[in-house]
Amino acid sequence: MKLVEYIIGQLINGLNAGSIYALIALGYSMVYGIAKMINFAHGDIIMVGSYALYVFIVLMKMPVIVAILLTIGFCAILGITIERIAYKPLRKAPPLAVLITAIGVSFFLQNASLLIFKANPIPFGTIIKVDAVNIGNISISGLTIVTLVVTFICMAILTLFINKTKAGSAMRAVSEDKGAAQLMGINVNRTISLTFAIGSALAAIAGILFLSQYPSLKPTMGALPGIKAFVAAVLGGIGNVPGAMLGGMLLGIIENTAKAYISTEVSDAIVFGVLILVLLLKPSGLLGKKRIEKV
Amino acid sequence: MKKNNTNQKINHNISVKNEKVNLNAIQKEKKAEAKSAFNIKNLVILLCIIAGYFLLAYLVEYRLNRQFKSLIVPIGANIILAVSLNLVVGFLGELSLGHAGFMSIGAFTGAIFTLNMNLPGNIEFFLAIIVGGIMAAVFGFLIGIPVLRLRGDYLAIVTLAFTEIIRSIINTLSLPAGKDKAGELIVKKGAMGLSGIETYANYTWIYIAAVISIIVVVNLVNSRQGRIITSIRDNHIAAESIGIKVSRYKTMAFVIGAFFAGVAGVINGHNLSSIKPVDYDYNRSINILVFVVLGGMGSIKGSIIAATILTLLPEVLRPIRNYRMLMYAIVLIAIMLINHSTWKSRLQGNNLLSKIFKKEQVSE
Repeated sequence: MKLVEYIIGQLINGLNAGSIYALIALGYSMVYGIAKMINFAHGDIIMVGSYALYVFIVLMKMPVIVAILLTIGFCAILGITIERIAYKPLRKAPPLAVLITAIGVSFFLQNASLLIFKANPIPFGTIIKVDAVNIGNISISGLTIVTLVVTFICMAILTLFINKTKAGSAMRAVSEDKGAAQLMGINVNRTISLTFAIGSALAAIAGILFLSQYPSLKPTMGALPGIKAFVAAVLGGIGNVPGAMLGGMLLGIIENTAKAYISTEVSDAIVFGVLILVLLLKPSGLLGKKRIEKV
Repeated sequence: MKKNNTNQKINHNISVKNEKVNLNAIQKEKKAEAKSAFNIKNLVILLCIIAGYFLLAYLVEYRLNRQFKSLIVPIGANIILAVSLNLVVGFLGELSLGHAGFMSIGAFTGAIFTLNMNLPGNIEFFLAIIVGGIMAAVFGFLIGIPVLRLRGDYLAIVTLAFTEIIRSIINTLSLPAGKDKAGELIVKKGAMGLSGIETYANYTWIYIAAVISIIVVVNLVNSRQGRIITSIRDNHIAAESIGIKVSRYKTMAFVIGAFFAGVAGVINGHNLSSIKPVDYDYNRSINILVFVVLGGMGSIKGSIIAATILTLLPEVLRPIRNYRMLMYAIVLIAIMLINHSTWKSRLQGNNLLSKIFKKEQVSE
C-alpha cells in the first residue's frame, strides 16, 4: 500500500511540474504552428511576467487578483509588440534569420531586466495560499491543486477556443496554409498577433505558477523552463496543441521520477535522452503529423 | 544494311574511345597542374599567411594593450568555431546547436591529457589538441549516425539536447586531475570543473590552428566532396536520386565540424586555465550560430569577420558597462532586420540606394 501511495504522490508531483511545462509549451507550439518559427524569446516572457507580478504586488501594492490580470495583459501586449517590431518585417526572410532575431529579443529582455532589477535574486513570497488536501494518506499541497486546476481550465478554454470560435478556426486555417487563408478573407496579420498574445498570456500564467513554486526572481529564470518546455513541445509534436499538453505532462513526470529514483544530477540528461529516443522512433513527435516531402 | 550499321557503330565506338583517351590525357594534365601545390596563387596565399603572422606578432608584442592582447586567443577560437559550424549550417544546411557540446568534450579531454602527462610543453599541447579534436570527432560520429536522420528544427533541438546531456554527464563524472607532490592521483568532481591547466595557448598556436582550420574547410568546400555536401543542402531528395549517399556525406561534414569544435575547446581550456561544464551550455552554441548567421551562411570570409567583430564588440562597448549586452542585443536585432526585412528591398525598388551611389560616382 505504501509503495502505491508513494508512486501516486510522485505522479502528482510530476503532473505539477508538467502542467507548467505544458502551459509554456502551448505557446511555443501555437507560435510554431502559425509563424513556423521557434520563438526563443518565449521563455523570457515567463521571466517578464514574474517581474511584472512583483512590481504590481510588492512595489505598487495592488490586490492580488488585479495584479494577476494586469500581468497577463501586460505579457500579451508585450508578445504582440515583439511580434510587430521584430518578427513581422521578417515574414519572408529565411527561417534562420528569424531564429537569430528571436535570440536577440531573448538577450534584450534578459539584459533589460538585468539593468532594471539587478542580478541579485529577489525573494518573493507565494501568492497562492490554499490549504493542503488529504486523500487517504496522500497529502496534496494547495499549490499543486491550484496549479493543476488552473492548467486544466486554461487547456479546456484553449481547446474550446480553437475548435469552436471563428478566431480559432482562422488560426487553424492560417497554420494549414497562409496563402489560402488570406484568399478566404482571413486577416493573417491579426491572427498571428492573436496567437502571440494568447501564447504570451499562457506564458504569464505559467510564470505566476512557477514563481509560486520557486519563489525567487532572477533575469535568467525563464531560460531553463523555456528550453524544457520547448523540448516538451517537440516531444508531443510541435505545432500540435494536444501534443504540447501531452508532451509537457510527460516531461514533468519523467523528470520527477528521474529525480526521485535515480539522481537529480542526471535528471536533465534523462529528459533529453527520452526526447532523442522518441524523435528517433517517431521523427515528428508523439502526436505530430507525418509530412511527406515532395520534390 | 545491318552490316553497315554495325560497322558504323564500331567506327563510332572507336572514335569515342579515342576522344575519351584524349580527354583523359587532358584531364590528367590539368589535374597535374592543379595538384602541384607550388603554383603562383598558392605561393601568394602562403606569403600572405606568413606576412599575417608577422603582423600579428608585431601588433601583440609592440602595439596592443593588455586588454586586446587577451582577446587574440578568444577571437581565434571563435573563428575556428564559426568556420567549422558554417560547414554544417551553411554548406550542409543542417541547423546544429551541438557545437558547445563538442567544444566541451575537446576542452575536458585536452585538459585531462595535459594534466596527467608530463611531456615538454609544446609537444604536450600539440598532442592535446589532436586528442581533444579526435575525441570530439568520435562523439560527433556516434551522435551523427542516429541524429542526422532528422531535419530542420528537430535536428536543432536534438543537438541542443545532446549538448545538455554531455554537460550533465560530465557533471557527474570524477575526473583525474594529475598528481600532487606526493604522487597521489587527484580526482576532481566533474561539476567543480578542472583548474590549474597550463596556459599554453598563445597567439602563435591560435594563429596556426585558425589558419589550418580555414584552409581545411575552404579546400573541402571547393572539392568534389564539398560540392556533394552543397548539393545535399540545395535539394537532398534530388541528391539522393542521383546516387549520392546522403547520410555518409552528412556525417562527414558533421564529424569534421565536431573535430574543429574540439580543437577550439582544447585551445579555449588552455587559455582560461580553469574550465567548468557550465561554461559550455546551449547559450554558447547559440553564440557560435550567431557568428555564422550574421557573417552569412556559406561564407567563410563572413564567418571570420563576424567572429572577430562580435568578440571585440562587448570589449569595445565596455565604457558603457551595464548597457553593453543590451546594445549587443539591439545591434543583433537591428542587423537582422536591416538585412532581411521588406523595407530594404523597397528601398532598392525605389532606386533610392542606387541613386545615392550613382551620385557619389558622378561626384568622383
